[in-house]
Amino acid sequence: MLDTRPHPYLPNSTPHAVRDMLDHIGVAGFDDLFIDVPAGLRQTRPFGLPPALRSEADLVRHVRKLLRRNETTDDVLNFCGAGTYLHDVPSVCTEVAGRAEFVSAYAGEPYEDHGKHQALFEYQSVMAELLEMDVVSIPTYDGYQAAGTALRMAARITGRRRAVVLGAVLPDRRSRIGEYVRPALEHLEYLPGELDLSDLRATLDDTCAAVLVELPDAHGLVDVDLSEVAAVAHAAGAIVVVAVDPIALGLLGAPARFGADIVCGDLQSLGNGLHFGGAHAGLLAVHDDPTFVYELPTRLYGIAPTATSGEIGFVDVAYERTSLAARENGVEWIGTASALSGIVAGTFLALHGPSGIAELSTSIFDRTSYAVDRLDALAGFSVRDAHRPHFREFVLHVERPGSTAQGVLDALAADGIFGGVPLSDRDILVCVTETHSQADIDSFATALENS
Amino acid sequence: MIDFPTRDTQPHRYHGARWNEPLITDLGSPGERGLLPALAGPEMQRSGDRRRHLIRTARTEAPRLPEIGQAQVLRHALRLSQETLGSHLNVDVGQGTCTIKYNPKVNDDLANDAHVARVHPLQPESSVQGLLQIFHELGQFLCAISGLDACSLQPASGSAGIYTNIRMVQAYHHSRGEDHRNVVVTTSFSHPSNAATARAAGYDVHTIVSGPDGYPTVDALRAVLDENCAALMITNPEDIGVFNPHIAEFVELVHEFGGLCIYDQANANALLGITRAADAGFDACQFNLHKTFGAPHFSGGPAAGACLVTRALEPFLPVPVIVRRDDDIYTLDYDRPSSIGKVRPFYGVTGQIVRAYCWILALGDEGLQQVTEGAVLANNYLMHELVKVAGVTAPLAPHGHRLEQVRFSLQGLAERTGVSSADLAVRMADFGFHYWTSHHPYVVPEPATFEPTESYTRAELDQFVDAFRTVAEEASSSPETVLTAPHRVAITRIADDVMNEPDTWAPSMRAYRAKYLGDVRSEPPHWKPFAGMPSPVRNPKAAHR
Repeated sequence: MLDTRPHPYLPNSTPHAVRDMLDHIGVAGFDDLFIDVPAGLRQTRPFGLPPALRSEADLVRHVRKLLRRNETTDDVLNFCGAGTYLHDVPSVCTEVAGRAEFVSAYAGEPYEDHGKHQALFEYQSVMAELLEMDVVSIPTYDGYQAAGTALRMAARITGRRRAVVLGAVLPDRRSRIGEYVRPALEHLEYLPGELDLSDLRATLDDTCAAVLVELPDAHGLVDVDLSEVAAVAHAAGAIVVVAVDPIALGLLGAPARFGADIVCGDLQSLGNGLHFGGAHAGLLAVHDDPTFVYELPTRLYGIAPTATSGEIGFVDVAYERTSLAARENGVEWIGTASALSGIVAGTFLALHGPSGIAELSTSIFDRTSYAVDRLDALAGFSVRDAHRPHFREFVLHVERPGSTAQGVLDALAADGIFGGVPLSDRDILVCVTETHSQADIDSFATALENS
Repeated sequence: MIDFPTRDTQPHRYHGARWNEPLITDLGSPGERGLLPALAGPEMQRSGDRRRHLIRTARTEAPRLPEIGQAQVLRHALRLSQETLGSHLNVDVGQGTCTIKYNPKVNDDLANDAHVARVHPLQPESSVQGLLQIFHELGQFLCAISGLDACSLQPASGSAGIYTNIRMVQAYHHSRGEDHRNVVVTTSFSHPSNAATARAAGYDVHTIVSGPDGYPTVDALRAVLDENCAALMITNPEDIGVFNPHIAEFVELVHEFGGLCIYDQANANALLGITRAADAGFDACQFNLHKTFGAPHFSGGPAAGACLVTRALEPFLPVPVIVRRDDDIYTLDYDRPSSIGKVRPFYGVTGQIVRAYCWILALGDEGLQQVTEGAVLANNYLMHELVKVAGVTAPLAPHGHRLEQVRFSLQGLAERTGVSSADLAVRMADFGFHYWTSHHPYVVPEPATFEPTESYTRAELDQFVDAFRTVAEEASSSPETVLTAPHRVAITRIADDVMNEPDTWAPSMRAYRAKYLGDVRSEPPHWKPFAGMPSPVRNPKAAHR
């Protein structure tokens, strides 16, 4: 039965309201308003969508029934990472992410939306402290996009058309970065595995715009000698791009200290939650050098004085960079990206403070190290590069004859454990965070033995 | 006897929150804690100790983050949210091109359900069937709404969707050995992201300008077409709310030259149930789920885009594509050799996708058509009222009605009073309204672009009109009031010039300390320019307004 009650979202759809407004503007009916759409283009058949669920209660029942077909990471022990990470979400971050004003604000200017501007400037400021870089942009879409933009920035600055990527990189990340830089860079060269500086030196020449290093890399390794990499890259005129997960930076030093020129990364870990991979936001940071700042495609806010002494406002920095100001002559493009995820990330860092972020990073590192020790000791399994420092992720190698990575993962899933992400027939990428207790890791080990 | 106010006797009055709230970097004191992470026990610490010294980039100094108690962080955040005028709070009809409509709260509840929010993208497919079904069904809904054949929900925003579309078209031409096609044609009132994404994909961009009716002529298009045309990228109705009635001829003409046609449907709120991308022959389009389909704007994202394409472009869609197998199991298909690859991590901006799905379910066929009717009616009502204000016109297509938005010109008012549209916009903040001028360059002189959507009542539109009329009158009677605005919001007028110069801009407190407080720090190793570098071309200075 078609529900013809007035729709709660459409206050102007009541017959009274329609007639009132049509009469007021002197128009006979809707067809007159669409007079510019030629008859030949007019849609003649309905879309064929399911009957409307005008009642909110009906909608909720329908959708929740569908959603219950999903298992949540609360129902199981989850060790999947590989780009999206299960971290604790502080309740204050949830509140900020759900504030009606922040949720429903958009393009308000520095006056009516002073608070939004301040919150975004504060994200820039606290992230700048963590990164020891003066310029942090309003977030772009996600960490993959941020890495792609960082490489394009390097290409524009240097006029060179090649880049080198060090260490292990996830296939999807590689796909995204490759897709994004293809129109701007002729070649991306990957140097996987443990870094050999002479290999790096050999591949760097005057065609190389940038060297991209991930820290931690796709396998969780955090022992790259960034100072050496930067020295070699800089000697060849190449820009050093470091991709970080900022949640590691309580333990790891700011990459800029070791020679990073552009830092990129993702803000998903900082209070933004899992959301089936839908909660990413891109971090981009540079030194306060106009050569770099003018190549940022994103919005960027700065502080400015107002007509009242001692008061500050927030406005765009070098707005002419953007495609909103200069269309195709802007840098890449700018549109709606992930601003509120930045506000959440800024709140996350402020809540933790210097001690909290150090404790959190260290806690993740220690738990990861424990899991490496525990799993490497299991018969039939080993951890690749077990002696090296890993942050949050490592590769579990299935040595047991007749077993495969997928077979092990299927057996674990039947036991209520999402054991990780298969990288190959015998390799599993395992993710351990502060959400895992020692007992959780022990249970994982026991389940692996029994798998 | 008590006189109760009624809505006729009690005028809309506004004063914004004004906390004079310090920066978060100024709050707190040494040792305060906002949150205590769970610590690893001694056995786990010992495992960490065995490798900690092998980190070559270990942190040696604590980061200079603020130290603040939890309630203080919350209070600070809420004060800032109070100083923000979201559309849940105000009648947000002042932002043209962005479709600031009602974002139903129930959709937030459903998008934040643990069965969405606490699901990992790489957990077994069998454990995410509900989400995959939602993604798949939303894709089918959008195919029906566009008339096109296949969908990707992966792009992170409308602009990312436009970029994805031109990259698919590029891959299509490449697959046919037609890499010589190096030109994209767009129009002056198409959203800037069309021109910008085309350039980002490596194309030369030809922009054809509008004629007297608000859209370019067929002849203007014909004049720039040749065998090098890769695509037409066009918004319609263009960002001024005028529908180009020759759009099918445009598409046909571009097809004759072998180019494809990409429809920027950020403005789809004007056309639901009226006409579809496929009806005019388009090869691809994108929708902005956070505009047309009721998902929020989140202060500037997360957003979400959807790409819709014909069968000919389907092989090039980003991976993975979500498919329904014959046994009704949903699965992620990565085996697509012609795909352009990934355009975002995983599958899309899940929360926005769930919200858009719920929004369409709540409206159905009749509801979607009522959305467009309501939006167009409200827009024509608003135009009818605003052009009564002296010096305000709705130029281009002056004889006709508009679809979902209007780019007004306040040229007459500005010439008479010396008060610009941008000045009026600032003053409107004192009345609790946001008011947007236009993208650059300003083709319409002294522009103001408003889009009322279907979400506001006549009484609410009248509030906006009353405020606009008051401010326009002030421009004549007391221009100083307008020129020194704002007076009733969180701050007073900003001197923004300092942010356009490298020597004075301060994009963080760290930068401020270095530039203004003489903070001295050691210079870390960094890249240095070398001889023979390209000399950068900088655009002329521009301000946001």
